[in-house]
Amino acid sequence: MLLKKHHFLEKNVFFLILGIFLTIIIGGIVEIVPLFTMEQTIEKVDGVRPYTPLEQAGRNIYIREGCYNCHSQMIRPFRDEVERYGHYSLAAESMYDHPFQWGSKRTGPDLARVGGKYSNAWHVAHLDDPRSVVPESIMPGYPFLAKKELKFEDAAEHLKTLRMVGVPYTDEQVADAVADLHLQATADEDYDDFLARYPNAATGDFDGNPDKLTEMDALIAYLQILGRMVDFTTYNPSLNLR
Amino acid sequence: MSQGSMAQTASSAVDYNMDVVRWGALATVFWGVVGFMAGDFIAWQLAFPALNFDFEYMNFGRLRPLHTSAVIFAFGGNALIATSFYVVQRTCRARLFGGKALPAFVFWGYQLFIVLAAVGYVMGVTQGREYAEPEWFVDLWLTVVWVCYLAIFVGTLLKRQEPHIYVANWFYLAFIVTIAMLHLGNNLAVPVSFMGTKSYSLFSGVQDALTQWWYGHNAVGFFLTAGFLGMMYYFIPKRAERPVYSYRLSIIHFWALIFLYIWAGPHHLHYTALPDWAQTLGMTFSIMLWMPSWGGMINGLMTLSGAWDKLRTDPVLRFMVAAVGFYGMSTFEGPVMSIKSVNGLSHYTDWTIGHVHSGALGWVAFITFGAIYFLIPVLWNRERLYSMRLVAHHFWLGTIGIVLYITSMWVSGIMQGLMWRAHDQLGFLQYSFIETVEAMHPYYIIRATGGTLFLLGAFVMVWNVYKTIRGDVRREAPIGVSAPAAVQ
Repeated sequence: MLLKKHHFLEKNVFFLILGIFLTIIIGGIVEIVPLFTMEQTIEKVDGVRPYTPLEQAGRNIYIREGCYNCHSQMIRPFRDEVERYGHYSLAAESMYDHPFQWGSKRTGPDLARVGGKYSNAWHVAHLDDPRSVVPESIMPGYPFLAKKELKFEDAAEHLKTLRMVGVPYTDEQVADAVADLHLQATADEDYDDFLARYPNAATGDFDGNPDKLTEMDALIAYLQILGRMVDFTTYNPSLNLR
Repeated sequence: MSQGSMAQTASSAVDYNMDVVRWGALATVFWGVVGFMAGDFIAWQLAFPALNFDFEYMNFGRLRPLHTSAVIFAFGGNALIATSFYVVQRTCRARLFGGKALPAFVFWGYQLFIVLAAVGYVMGVTQGREYAEPEWFVDLWLTVVWVCYLAIFVGTLLKRQEPHIYVANWFYLAFIVTIAMLHLGNNLAVPVSFMGTKSYSLFSGVQDALTQWWYGHNAVGFFLTAGFLGMMYYFIPKRAERPVYSYRLSIIHFWALIFLYIWAGPHHLHYTALPDWAQTLGMTFSIMLWMPSWGGMINGLMTLSGAWDKLRTDPVLRFMVAAVGFYGMSTFEGPVMSIKSVNGLSHYTDWTIGHVHSGALGWVAFITFGAIYFLIPVLWNRERLYSMRLVAHHFWLGTIGIVLYITSMWVSGIMQGLMWRAHDQLGFLQYSFIETVEAMHPYYIIRATGGTLFLLGAFVMVWNVYKTIRGDVRREAPIGVSAPAAVQ
């Protein structure tokens, strides 16, 4: 009887630890390792690109302020969600997200496709005082974002670090990181080279204050790209059937 | 001082190290109050957003991780460290391994971890991973502390004078070993610079999501369950003065529990971009997990066999038994919510929040309160607690608070889920998102009120603990004695 043999484990600390370790390691190995080895885990889609330095700075602010505590970035394939938010989220769309920000709670709406839904001016007003544009909102106000100068002069270091963990930034993108940071948030510039590096990026003076590059600029630049990398008018899910 | 660190039983000659247990008991009470206050405050923020004051260091997004870490790691962690150090010494009849210094390092090192993490959240230093928010340098520090914790625990087991390792220690050991694995696995990150706080996670997107919930669900499974089951297996038999109901059941449910829990993570990612096979696997194991969970509940409750009458006269035991009841309830609710079609409704809503709190307040906090009320007179060599009546008041304040909390979250969560998916006769979405937010308002007030009651109960405990340590004894009629003998 196996239960009788249990005495052995109860008298030998190291075999007890070994038994525990072997028992707890299995589930993780079976579930997580195949996600790295199976090619179908992330579907092949055109358009997903690394974030611009300004978008990445905005993303870091999104994380810093804990936006993920109330907003998801993961649209489930349900009729109501697709009608409310847009096409269901693809794994490929967050493949350069370090860390992922799918979220687990919707105290506020999903943000996976919030990009392009509202004007920059709306975002500025909403972040400054949410109840000025949505009277019933329970979101905190973030008026300090428009006042704080964006500190991201080490943008190149951030891009290099992201490259180490697998985001395919080119040498050119790393070299131009700081210049791109400022260019994206400056109105009426020549964006052609920049947009060749980062297609679909929103450009211009996001926060309405041309004198200063603020955290508000960065956060809105990030919000405006969310969900806009993949062109769903041409996306064909049947190509990924498996 | 040396008298204080002596064991209670005169027959035992072992010079137990009780200093670190005393510190841990006080830290548990202290961080409990801090964590409950933070939680109740952010609950009121959701009802009245003006409480965010538009002030960056006080907004919900930064305070919510402060609350979750304070209750899980500060309150729960100190409770586990203190009780594990107590239990392992008493059940091994051996002094804590590592002399005076190593346990003291683990205790104070752990407090430093808590303070570094908490200050980080308020300043905006976070990895943005739920329940694993501390940045890389805090994670490294915790790793050092944790390895020492494991060394002390294993070292004490090796020194034991009992032939068998008692069941409570299996659970504590599984908790310590598994948390080490999860902590290392989920916090793999590359810092931008060694002088800065920011790092980027090694994994991204879908792989990162499952790694995080492999960690996140087992923070629940091993930190908040296995560790506290260890607590249950010592303090309930001790307080009820009855042996554990079934030794065989404890073996079966121990191994089944730790094996199955690890697989359950994907139920946090139902209908997301995680591959279907992983979701289905996660759901299947989550449902199976119901059985070993109830195995633990049955073993805890049935230990009361022949001692049920004590529930009437001993509010400390009442705390412990109610905790096991809440454990049974939330470990049934969990598997139900892990079923994909149920999860389709419940995910992203307050139902999840209510579920977590029936486990955290009902199970984790109540079994801890029971253990604290048991330990305080023992650790300070007091004849008994200052007041048993106050323990009973604490029990009812806490219980009513929990009931208000979880019922309001059931209603608001299910209502919100139904409102999101409601369509009108013409086939359009019936409610805008903001209408569902507006509908939550009364339930957020009820929830925050429940939290306030729970917090008041904790203040009653602080007073009782303070008076007991001072050596005061309140003159009061014993509970149940004046009542009619035969109620039934």
